[in-house]
Amino acid sequence: MLDNAEGYVTEDGRKIGGVVMEMKNITLRFGGVVAIKDISFDIRQGEIRAIIGPNGAGKSSMLNVISGFYVPQEGQVLFKGEPRPQMKPYEVAQQGIARTFQNIALFEGMTVLDNVMTGRLNKMNSGLLSQAIWKGKAEREEVENREKAENIIDFLEIQHIRKTPVARLPYGLKKRVELARALVSEPSILLLDEPMAGMNVEEKEDMSRFILDVNDEFGTTIALIEHDMGVVMDLSDRVVVMDYGKKIGDGTPNDIRNNQAVIDAYLGVAHD
Amino acid sequence: MPEQLVFAMEVFLNGLMAGVLYALVALGFVLIFKASGIFNYAQGVMALFSALTLVGIMEGQVPFSHIINAVFGTEIHHFGWHVPALLAILITMAVMVLFAWIVQRYIFRHLVGQEPIILFMATIGLAYFLEGVGDLMWGSEIKKLDVGLPQGINDWIDLTTYNIFDYGFFIDNLDIVATVIAALLVAALVIFSQYSKEGRAMRAVADDHQAALSVGVSLNFIWIMVWSVAGFVALVAGIMWGTKSGVQFSLSLIALKALPVLMLGGFTSIPGAIVGGLIIGVGEKLFEFAIGPMVGGATENWFAYVLALIFLVFRPQGLFGEKIIERV
Repeated sequence: MLDNAEGYVTEDGRKIGGVVMEMKNITLRFGGVVAIKDISFDIRQGEIRAIIGPNGAGKSSMLNVISGFYVPQEGQVLFKGEPRPQMKPYEVAQQGIARTFQNIALFEGMTVLDNVMTGRLNKMNSGLLSQAIWKGKAEREEVENREKAENIIDFLEIQHIRKTPVARLPYGLKKRVELARALVSEPSILLLDEPMAGMNVEEKEDMSRFILDVNDEFGTTIALIEHDMGVVMDLSDRVVVMDYGKKIGDGTPNDIRNNQAVIDAYLGVAHD
Repeated sequence: MPEQLVFAMEVFLNGLMAGVLYALVALGFVLIFKASGIFNYAQGVMALFSALTLVGIMEGQVPFSHIINAVFGTEIHHFGWHVPALLAILITMAVMVLFAWIVQRYIFRHLVGQEPIILFMATIGLAYFLEGVGDLMWGSEIKKLDVGLPQGINDWIDLTTYNIFDYGFFIDNLDIVATVIAALLVAALVIFSQYSKEGRAMRAVADDHQAALSVGVSLNFIWIMVWSVAGFVALVAGIMWGTKSGVQFSLSLIALKALPVLMLGGFTSIPGAIVGGLIIGVGEKLFEFAIGPMVGGATENWFAYVLALIFLVFRPQGLFGEKIIERV
């Protein structure tokens, strides 16, 4: 098994670091329904970690627990080795955990650039007065934030729609803008909730490329949920498989491919 | 120039000035509606309450003196000091921020995610509660408010127009000041919401709660801030109306005039509130001037509502409101 402090080297030669986030015996219930049952896994520095499973397996719930939208009844979340107290979603975001949403949550009324700039809100510390007279810290910050935003916009190849209101964009581009907004906050962990849901093959290829590029270029730790098995196996370093709220597999894509429980869950077995 | 046209011009100018005051109240509505989807019926009462508080502080009135005297059998009414206008305005602002916090903490935090009609009902309750509190705190008699704004006819305009048209326009200095202050206020609000960090966060919350949370914006903080800003706008409106016609409880009724203003301008647009206010102000004065004599006058009472009704039929989102397009 992996050592907690030390990392490992992936097949394609990237070096993965120590554990950034650890989920310990997480259980989440909605009334009588158990969405997540006693699940533990970790996310390591610099890796692409996938959570997969059939519909209703509790993947999105898991992501919502990590990002603070849901509060688990049992279990512990450790962030950078420290147990994380119960937090509001915005506090989790301020800690450096950025996310995207399955159904896209963008500021529809704002332009692409404005949307991306909101990702920098937490990096602004200047007071209102300083902003009002536009001197010193406020000016420096705005210039710096703008530069970061433009860099990410370039990186994700959405320069041509910088000034377009988001509401007018097609689905695939919206997904990319959402990724840009999450990325611009320079997160310790980037959570992607079905980044390729509802996309055509071409858009999926683009998105996969961007996810790999982001990980490669910025060394961003990424945890993602995805339906498309093919995509997941190509992208991720390690995979957690969930089914009916339970963890049924955890390991490299190759381990998962040969895991009988996973095969059963996806193909179905006769229960008799 | 024919005499009628000159009169009409004067009426037009006066209408503009009245419209500015409508716009100020409407502005407070728009701010809260945009950021939280709450139609704040209490906006007019907030203007009244802030004006009452301002007068009370300036005069050194003891708050809740009626209750205190009734319970303890004392006869206190005044502290015996007078607070300068500027300081009193600052203290009143602090009171409005406290009010914003209380409203958020004890009412709307418990109503997150409720139907708009429920939020609206809550603000109606809030309006009458606040009116009662204002009455208990400061008494119900009509008060004079004087924070040192210039008042009375503007001699320069009177003289200039007399030289040109042989007829001097009556324009109140207070109206001119109100217009300038309203313009500055709107400019400040637009700059604040477009360029400041807090303004960006505010727009973010107005647009999408979930997305705002995910970029690390605290909804609670933004809502308190928005209610505070609305309180500030209410205070400005309260000062203007209070100086013009005394601080009295009918002040809360001006909130109703803001409704047609919003139907015209659109509930989500700051410029819309301004333009809507001006159109209503000018429209009702000109209508009264031109048509009023034919129908026996008093058209100012209903003109704004009829105009709003026509707008609702032909352009329900208002002049500047976001057009609602459902994709199918």
